[in-house]
Amino acid sequence: MTATAQLRRDDHRGVIAGVAAGLARRVGVDPMIVRVGFIAASFAGGFGFALYLLGWALIPGEDGARAPVERIAGKRETWLLVGGMVLLALAAMLLLREWGLLFSDAIVWPVILTAAGGALIWRQSQEGSGPLSAGSDDALREARGSDPMALPRLTLPRDALGRAFVGAALVVGGGLVFLWLNDALRPARDVLLAVVVVVVALTLILAPWWLRLVRGLAAERTERIRSQERAEVAAHLHDSVLQTLALMQKRVDDPREVAALARRQERELRAWLNGRRAAGDATVVLALEAAAAEVEEAHGVTVEVVAVGDAPLDERALALVAAAREALVNAAKFAPGGPVALYAEVAPERIEVFVRDRGPGFDPAAVPDDRRGVRESIVGRMERHGGRALVHTVPGAGTEVELVMVR
Amino acid sequence: MTSVVIVDDHHLFRAGVRAELDGLVDVRGDAATVEDAVRLVVEAEPDVVLLDVQMPGGGGVEVIRQVAQRRPGQRFLALSVSDAPEDVIAVIRAGARGYVTKTISGGELADAVRRIADGDAVFSPRLAGFVLDAFAGGLPAREVDPQLDQLSPREREVLRHIARGYLYKEIAQRLSISTKTVEAHVSAVLRKLQLSNRHELSRWAVERRLVD
Repeated sequence: MTATAQLRRDDHRGVIAGVAAGLARRVGVDPMIVRVGFIAASFAGGFGFALYLLGWALIPGEDGARAPVERIAGKRETWLLVGGMVLLALAAMLLLREWGLLFSDAIVWPVILTAAGGALIWRQSQEGSGPLSAGSDDALREARGSDPMALPRLTLPRDALGRAFVGAALVVGGGLVFLWLNDALRPARDVLLAVVVVVVALTLILAPWWLRLVRGLAAERTERIRSQERAEVAAHLHDSVLQTLALMQKRVDDPREVAALARRQERELRAWLNGRRAAGDATVVLALEAAAAEVEEAHGVTVEVVAVGDAPLDERALALVAAAREALVNAAKFAPGGPVALYAEVAPERIEVFVRDRGPGFDPAAVPDDRRGVRESIVGRMERHGGRALVHTVPGAGTEVELVMVR
Repeated sequence: MTSVVIVDDHHLFRAGVRAELDGLVDVRGDAATVEDAVRLVVEAEPDVVLLDVQMPGGGGVEVIRQVAQRRPGQRFLALSVSDAPEDVIAVIRAGARGYVTKTISGGELADAVRRIADGDAVFSPRLAGFVLDAFAGGLPAREVDPQLDQLSPREREVLRHIARGYLYKEIAQRLSISTKTVEAHVSAVLRKLQLSNRHELSRWAVERRLVD
C-alpha cells in the first residue's frame, strides 16, 4: 500500500468533507491544526480554499468510496483522450483557417463538440480489444449491442453506460448546433416530428414485451436459485431425518431408543438450521453441547443446555468441560431418566457451569472414600486447573454441581 | 377453569396439545393461520392464547399485533420449537408474557397457562438464558436508563436460577424471599425486556446469528 492509498477523507469526524481530518489522521496531528492551516492559507489569495477543493475532489473517502473526480471520470485516460481529441480538432481548425479554407466560425464549436463525443464513444468501444477486465468485458458487450437476451446486459457498469450516453449526447448536440447555426434546422423539423411520432409509437408497442422479457429473466434466475436450495434441503433431509424416521419405525418396541433417536435427530437438525457446522470452530458452549449430547446418547437422559455468552476453547476451559461432562454422567446415573439442566455462563472474567438434576440427592458425608468420581474427576480436576467445584445436595431434593473457572 | 385458544400451523401438534390439556384447562378452540387466530381469539375471549412463534403470514408476532388492536389486555404464552433467540425475543417484545418449549409436559403447560392467566410471567430456562444474554455487557453510562436497560443484581440472580432449572418456589427458598417476590422480579424483567430500547437487544440478535 502506498501512502496516498492510506490517505482518506474522514467523513465522520470532518467538519465539511473531512479533508482536514483525514490529512490530520494520516500525518498524526490534531485536526484543528490542519483546519487552522487551511483557513490561514485561504486568506492568502484563496490558496487554502482551492487546495481544500482539490483535496475533496481527489482524495477518496472512507470505507473505499471513490473520490468525486474518479467517480465522474471513471477512467482518467479516457478523459485525457477526449481532451486530446478536442485539441487536435482545434488545431485542425486553426490550420484550415490559416490556409483560408474555413467557411465560417459557425463550424468551430459543433466540430469540437462532435470530436469530444466521438472520442468518448470510440474509446468506449475499443476498451474491449485490450486485455479484458470484468468491467470492460461488460462495456464491450454493451458497445457491440450483443444479444439482448444475454444476462450480463442487465448488469452493465453504470459509469460505462454514463460515458457512452455523454458521448452520444455530445455528438448529437454538435450536429444540432451545426445545423442550427447554418439555418438548416427548419426543414428538418417536419422530419423530426415524424421520427418522434414513430419512436413514441414503437416504444408503446414494444415496452410491455420488453418489460415482460426482463421480468421473465429475473424470475427465471430466482427460480433457478430456489430450486438449487430446495435440492440441497431435500438432500439433507433425506440423509438425516428420513433415515432416522426409518430407524425409529424399526425400533418401535424400545421407547427409550426411539426417544434417544428422536433427540439426536432434533439436535442435529437444529445445528443444521442454525448454520452451525459441528467441526471447525471450537468454543466452550459448543464443547459443552457436544458433551451433553454424548451423555444423552450414552445414558438415555435429556440434558437441557442453556448458555450465556461464549469464548474460544483453551486448555483450562477444556478441563472445565471435562468436569462438566463428569457431572452430567453422575446426574444421569443417579437421577436416571429425569431431565438434567446444564447452565453455562461465560463472562469475560470467569466461566461458571451448573449441572442440576432432580434425583434423590445424597449425603456427601456418607460417600465412601473409595468412590473417586466426584472427588477426582470433578473437584480435583477443577482445582488442578485453578478452578473450583462445589456440590450442593440435599437428600430428596436433587443435586447441583457448581463449577467455576476464573479466566 | 382457565380458558385457552391454541394457535399453531401444525395440525398434529394442535391435536397433541389439545389432548394433553384436556381436563386441565378449558380449550376453546384452535387456529392454524394468523387470520383465523385473530377471529377466534376475539370471539372466544380466552384467558390465555397459546401461540406458536413461527407461522406463515407473520407468525406469532403478527397475531399479537392484530389481536391487541381489538382485544387489548389479551394474554399470550409463546410455545415454540424454535430456539432462535431473535424469534423468541421478538414475540416477547411484541407482548407475550412467557415462552416455553414444545417439549414441556401437559401438566407443566397447564400450570404455565394458569400462571399467565393470573398475570405472572413464565420464563423457561432457555428464555432466562436469552434474557441474560440480551442484557449482558456494559453500555456507555450516558446511554443507560437504569430503570429499563439494566437488570438489578436480584433480578439477575433470579434469572440465573431459572436458567439453572429451579422452580419459582425453590428459588424463593434458596434466596430466602417469598414466591410472590420471585414472581415480581420476573415480571419486572419481562417489562424491561418489552420496553427497553437497549440497542443490545437488537444488535445482540444479529451478532448471535453471526456467531452461531
